[in-house]
Formats: sequence, structure tokens, C-alpha cells
Amino acid sequence: MKKGMVEFYVGIFMIIGIVCSAYLIIELGGVKVINRNDYRLYAYFSSVAGLKKGAGVEMAGVEIGNVIAITLDTERLLAKVELGIHENIKLAEDVMASVKTSGVIGDRYINLSPGGSETTLESGDTIFNTESAIDIEALVSKYIFNNEEKSADKK
Amino acid sequence: MKSPLIEFIDVKKSFGNNHVMQGVNLSIYEDEITVIIGKSGSGKSVLLKHIIGLMNHDSGKVLFRGEEISSMSRKKRVEFKRNFSYMFQENALFDSMNIYDNIALPLTETSLFSKQEIKKKVEMRMEQLEIQGTSNKYPAQLSGGMKKRVALARALITEPAIVLFDEPTTGLDPVRKNGVHAMIKSYREMFGFTAVIVSHEIPHIFEIAQRVAMIEKGKIIFQGTSEEIMNCDLNDVRIFISGDGDFLE
Amino acid sequence: MITKSIENIGSWTIEMVERTGRIFIFLFTGLVHIFTLPLQIFKIIEHTWFIGTKSMVVIMLTGIFTGMVLGLQGYYTLIKFGSEGMLGSAVALTLIRELGPVLTAIMITARAGSAMAAEIGVMRISEQIDALETMNINPVRFIFSPRIVASVISFPLLTALFDVIGIVGGYITGSLMLGINGGIYIYRVSDSVVMADVTGGFVKSFVFAIVVTTVCCSQGYFTHLQTRGGFGAKGVSFSTTTAVVNSCVLILIFDYVITYLLL
Repeated sequence: MKKGMVEFYVGIFMIIGIVCSAYLIIELGGVKVINRNDYRLYAYFSSVAGLKKGAGVEMAGVEIGNVIAITLDTERLLAKVELGIHENIKLAEDVMASVKTSGVIGDRYINLSPGGSETTLESGDTIFNTESAIDIEALVSKYIFNNEEKSADKK
Repeated sequence: MKSPLIEFIDVKKSFGNNHVMQGVNLSIYEDEITVIIGKSGSGKSVLLKHIIGLMNHDSGKVLFRGEEISSMSRKKRVEFKRNFSYMFQENALFDSMNIYDNIALPLTETSLFSKQEIKKKVEMRMEQLEIQGTSNKYPAQLSGGMKKRVALARALITEPAIVLFDEPTTGLDPVRKNGVHAMIKSYREMFGFTAVIVSHEIPHIFEIAQRVAMIEKGKIIFQGTSEEIMNCDLNDVRIFISGDGDFLE
Repeated sequence: MITKSIENIGSWTIEMVERTGRIFIFLFTGLVHIFTLPLQIFKIIEHTWFIGTKSMVVIMLTGIFTGMVLGLQGYYTLIKFGSEGMLGSAVALTLIRELGPVLTAIMITARAGSAMAAEIGVMRISEQIDALETMNINPVRFIFSPRIVASVISFPLLTALFDVIGIVGGYITGSLMLGINGGIYIYRVSDSVVMADVTGGFVKSFVFAIVVTTVCCSQGYFTHLQTRGGFGAKGVSFSTTTAVVNSCVLILIFDYVITYLLL
């Protein structure tokens, strides 16, 4: 094997390998990059079970942002979710945020239902109307033990 | 009397239950050709490997200019090994490299010569050993004798002060055998190097040797000049030199 | 009797500790000498050619069939839940997280790892390694360092190739043969894979590169120290087999450990 040929073939290998890696990293991996121009909103939920960082924020089924951080508010003992919303989306003050599931067993996301107020939310504001994750287990057990007396912890 | 360059003092070495060296005492002097003879399997190669530190002894001392080899610092060992070349019994050529790269390797990896200088040196050696035109071949494509000469060329390329030859002439035809012997001899005359040769070429090897040592059952049983060994009256030595073993025994 | 068996346990322990220590020193020396001057650039290229370029065909072949079988199996499993649209996610995630790095590493072990062990083993028994030593050439630097760099370059790139080809394989069975909408397949692929999956796959292939190269090279390099498999050519064949088996087992063990740590 000539030296030049070895180098040539290694070059081809490197190019193919790097193209494949780039496809994986940019096309597949990089979809959920957080846009720096997003503005931040906060929302408090009594339960966000199953919601992950990076999950989508949708309105009318269209993605308009991402979940940036999920923390526990230690004073109020509620889940505090930081949302990044695309710059050009203006949200009314009385918008409602709810934790939804895509399909029966799909991923959790946050759905925003439009409000009617004139005033819009600014970066750093908090959404007051929230609806927590539906606890499927609780629903199922409620259905199964329908006859029994129980105290449903529905909020 | 001058002091020896390399000295073995009561060196012992065992592999498991196989006691290869059982108290070897041997002196090798500068500018001399020392020949080590002995039966196959008597530990000649092991002895040679101890000189350059490829193997470490269990007890005793191996001294180089009065200094213990096994306790040298790493840096000193590198310096020490720079004096040496070792020609292996099975040649130990790198089968994945062509002949040119094989011979040039000691220079390309460790010295600061330019490519042209290395090329010149390699070509000169190849010419001396009649192996021109094999540059682009691989060791597996050469005959046994050719490989031997390539190994010799590689051993001499660094112009070492001390060369250890482990059976340099096995597999060569009689003409080339004498050629190799003559070359070792003329090299010594030209550059004054020290050689330690493990050989079975009795009695031809005695013509170029200044000193001869015979190893038997893990010990040096004889040490002296060529004439001395020819006239030695030790039974083992006489039998070995004449080749008249009592094989029926 | 009892003392004898206690002795056996003891000598076995000592041997294991010695062997492990030897391999770690070997690895460490090899890693350090990657950076000692002069850099062995051409040798790295040469080994990349051997480990990387020459493995491409076999990786593409295994990649496409793995992807196709995943497509097939996934389809018949998912259709029971009526969610065959998820096939893209199933194929892509399985490939990128697990099968890509693991199968690539195993294929390279079979192709290049065995060759490394055998080649270095022959170098050992034909005294080529001793020859290097006498020439003041550090054998670990000369033999091992360029190979480990070449592996660290080749493994992740081949894994990426395997993943991409595998996803194409899934597309072939899922979309072209079984009639899932191609657009949905592609959408599911890019929708379900997140950056953590991709980096996780790369971390795995990087670790596998070091594990496989170290195991294969050290088995060859220390051929003369093993006594179980005989000496000479038999010793080399034993070392090669051991190298391949140990590499494959370690790939699976490390795969579990890394997955556990990354999740």
C-alpha cells in the first residue's frame, strides 16, 4: 500500500465519519436548542410528575417554547417551572398553563390556552392559571374502586 | 592487566525449575571479539540477553565498566544501550515493514539524521552486505541467508561500540559465513568495536576470536584465547570441539 | 489438602493482581507516549486506515441489516398497540443508545482487534519487541500509542456511520416495505433523539475504543507471560482468542456501567 493511497483512503473515511457524526449531532441531537431570544415566564404547579427539562410548550398544538428548568419552591412546596417562550409570541395575562400528555402514554408537555385579557405578560412574569398533571394512576384506581368510599385528592 | 568492559560475577538465573545459569563468571574486554560456545540449550542466548539488560538475573552481578546494569537509572540505561547493537538468532526483523525501513529503523526512531543521510547510510550498508535491490521487499519474501544479512545491516547501521551476535552465521552458505566472519573482523580493525558472538562455527570462529568462553550446565567451564581452547585438556571441552560425543550413551 | 487449596487461591489472586497491574501500567505508558515527540503521525494514519477505513464495509453491512431487522421487529411489536408511527423513535433510539456503539465495537474487535493481538503476539515471540528494546525504542510507544489514537478516532466515526446506515435500514423495511409514511418515520427519528443520546453513544464508543485496544494489544504484548495456552504459535492463537473474548465481554460490561452512569 502506497503512502499516498493510505492517506487518501483515511481521508475519505474521516469525511464520511464526520458527516455521519454531524448529522447525528446537528440534525438529530440539536433540535431542542434553547433559543437565546426566548423570554422567560414562570408557572407554579402542584404536580408536574413526568415533565422533563427541554419538554415542549405548545399553544393550539404549535410549539412556542421549551421548559428550561423545573425546581421546587421550598416555601410554597410547589413545582416552579421556568418556561422559555419565543420572542414573537405575545401571551395574555390570564393565559392558562396545563401539563398534558401526548397520547395515553406519551411525553409530558405544557399546553397554554389563550386568555382574553388586554395586558400581555413580560419576561419574568408568572402565569397564575395553572392545571397540574393528570395522575393517571389515581384516575385508574378511582375507576376501579368506584364503589368504595374514598377521598379523592383531586385539586 | 586491563579491567573488563563487561563482567559477570556469580550470576544465577532460573526459569521455574530450569536453572539456566548457576553462577556464571565471565569477563569481556574492550576491543576484543569474545566468542561464547556451548551446547544448544546451555544458556548462551540467555547470557547474551543479560548483557544488554533484556533479562534480569536472580542473583550475582552483571557489571558494565564496573557498574551494575540492573540498578541503572532509566536515563542511564538509555545511554548505556546506545553503545550496543543486538543481532537476534531469529533475526527479529519487523515483518510489517519493508527491508529499507527495517534497516533504517534504529536511525529514524532515535537519531537526528536527515532523511538523505539515513538513505545514504542504509544504501552503503546494503551494498556492503550484497542485499541491494531488496529495499521494497518484505522480510517474508527473502531467503534465510538474506534475512540474516538484513539483520546484520540493521545491527551495524548505528555504528555501535559493542555488538552482540546471537549465531550470526546459521543458515548461511560457507562462502557467506566466512564473509560475515571476515566482515566482523575487519570492522573490529577499522572501528575497534567489541563483539560478543554466540556461535557454533567451530573451528572457523576461533580464527577471528581473541577470547573464547565455553558454557556448560549453567557455568563457564573454560575461558581463554583461541589457542588455549584448542589445546585444552578438559574432557567436556575436547569432546565439544571435536564433535565426538558418545551418542550411544 | 486444605493448605494446598488455600495456596491455590492465594497464587490465583496474586496472578490476577499482577496481570491487572500490568495492563494498567501498559495503558498508562501508552497514553503518556501519545504525546512524546516526535509525534507518530504517519503511523497513526496507517493504523486508522487499518482499523477505520478497512472496517467501513463490514460496518455498513452490519448496520444496514441491524436497522432493517429493527424495523421489522419494531413494526410487528408496535402495530399491536396501533402506534407503528413510533417506529422511527424505536429504531433511532435503540441504534444510537445501544446497538450502534456495542455492535460497532464488537465488529471492530473481530476485524481489527484480533489482528492487533495476533500481530503483536508474533512480534513478541519472534523477538521483535526485544529488538525494539535493544534499539532504545520504547516498544509500548512504538506499538501501542499509535493504535490507541487510531482507535479513538475510528470507533466514534464508525459508530456514527453504523447509526446513520442503521436508521436508513429501518427506513427501508419500515417505509419502503411495510408502508409507514416516510415523513413520519424521519420526523420521529429527529423528534425523539436528544443530544444526550448522541453524546452518550459517543462516550460509549470512546470508552470501547480504549478498552478494546488495550485488551487486544496487551494480550499480544504479554503473550510470553501467559502459560495456559502454550508457547509459540499456540500461545499467539490463545492470546488472540482471549483478546477477542475478553474484549467482547468487557464491551458488554462497560456498556451496562456507562448506561447506568449516564441515565
